[in-house]
Amino acid sequence: MSATLSDATSASFARHPIRLTLNGQMRELQVLPWTTLLDLLREQLDLVGSKKGCDHGQCGACTVLRDGKRINACLTLAVMCDGAQLTTVEGLADGDQLHPMQQAFIKHDAFQCGYCTPGQICSAVGLVNEGRARTPGQISELMSGNLCRCGAYNNIRDAIEEALPLCQPELEQGGEQ
Amino acid sequence: MNPFQYSKPDTVQAAIDLSSPVSRFIAGGTNLLDLMKENLTRPEHLIDITGLPLADLSETPSGGVMIGALVSNADLAWHPWIERRYPLLSQAILAGASPQLRNMASTGGNLLQRTRCYYFYDASVPCNKREPGSGCPARDGLNRIHAIFGASEQCVATHPSDMCVALAALEAVVHVLGRGGARTIEFADFHRLPGDAPQRDNQLADDELITGIELPAAGFAEHSHYLKIRDRASYAFALVSVAVALELDGPVIRQARLALGGVAHKPWRDRAVESRLTGQTVSRETFTAAADALLQNAEPLAHNGFKVKLARRAIVRALSDAALGSAPLGGQA
Repeated sequence: MSATLSDATSASFARHPIRLTLNGQMRELQVLPWTTLLDLLREQLDLVGSKKGCDHGQCGACTVLRDGKRINACLTLAVMCDGAQLTTVEGLADGDQLHPMQQAFIKHDAFQCGYCTPGQICSAVGLVNEGRARTPGQISELMSGNLCRCGAYNNIRDAIEEALPLCQPELEQGGEQ
Repeated sequence: MNPFQYSKPDTVQAAIDLSSPVSRFIAGGTNLLDLMKENLTRPEHLIDITGLPLADLSETPSGGVMIGALVSNADLAWHPWIERRYPLLSQAILAGASPQLRNMASTGGNLLQRTRCYYFYDASVPCNKREPGSGCPARDGLNRIHAIFGASEQCVATHPSDMCVALAALEAVVHVLGRGGARTIEFADFHRLPGDAPQRDNQLADDELITGIELPAAGFAEHSHYLKIRDRASYAFALVSVAVALELDGPVIRQARLALGGVAHKPWRDRAVESRLTGQTVSRETFTAAADALLQNAEPLAHNGFKVKLARRAIVRALSDAALGSAPLGGQA
């Protein structure tokens, strides 16, 4: 059994065709099975807003929205995103009009070095979509999957608290859900 | 990550037919892909089960709830049936991982998480769980996070899940399907103690797939509590956690369930201690006596003796909070 599969695998490292909606655009792509969504975005599609901080799902810098829900792109296989609607930090603004969450982050100076910021903002938009956080304490708890080594947490929490009523939950339906 | 073949079957039977000793099923992938990136697991074939029809909750004829194996941890924790009837399970899930991971992780996969023992995760050192027979550096090494119950000479690792601690207290039933057909496994029997085969975390066979988790009708919604103690306020594994479910008649305990996380190779229950609580009156003395009885069997290592005191206090507090009534869900800050 094992030998048969080994032969089969060595002969069939073919790319898999996937179709997905990325920041509002339909894309047809060819991906290797072991390419993560984060590597697809950064290495193949030149969308480098999503960051590779730890690459182990511990820091949240790679957070993107899949069908409106926040996920870690580093622990997601691109091939498993066939049919999904994906939004990265590059897809939040409407032309030159920033997303209310982006505006709030600027207003509250919710970053220092900025490396974690795309993940923080995508995560915060996912938090809005979930509709579970109302108090500052709940915001802190439900943002714990995003680390900020500069320690801008208080300003991040303030920005999200202000943007919360300005953001409309946007739960997208994936094609294969 | 090593190269591998990828398949996405449409039916449960097709997924099982595709399975082999060198394949792995993948759903959320939150633990499996991490292990593959560290080269601790090198499957030749990943079978993507996210297209299978296992993503729903349904009511069972006996008044319980069947949870499809693909229901995400977040959807489960926030499902109105679970929040209302099984708040212990909601609390436990929301105490674990991060919102992103809970959106990805599946119910079935949560049971199959591997230990976060740092020696297991370091491929440059021996580990009996990773390479049977190679040795256990944790037993005489840095073992602050390790087991105080049920460990063996070969392995002192703990099971990392919060959800499983609640499922143990709720006496869930695991439904699996394999080439030999379907079977059910009582939650208490699903995970193993390490013994002399620590490479085996549970009793699932290679070709078996978890299809669902069944919750019995009794959800103990009136008097349950999940208490988790960790090194930081959120997004950390438990040093000690306690799931308590009580059935009370006024101040008298009719039934008590008590499961501990972070202290053993599986969620830890002591039926003798639970039985002793039955018929007793709710009081601090009753709870302290139960905690003492449970912990007299603890076998701490060089660096985790603090877990005995911590567990004693956590048990008393969790029992007290459960007796007072379930804490409302929501922010924990």
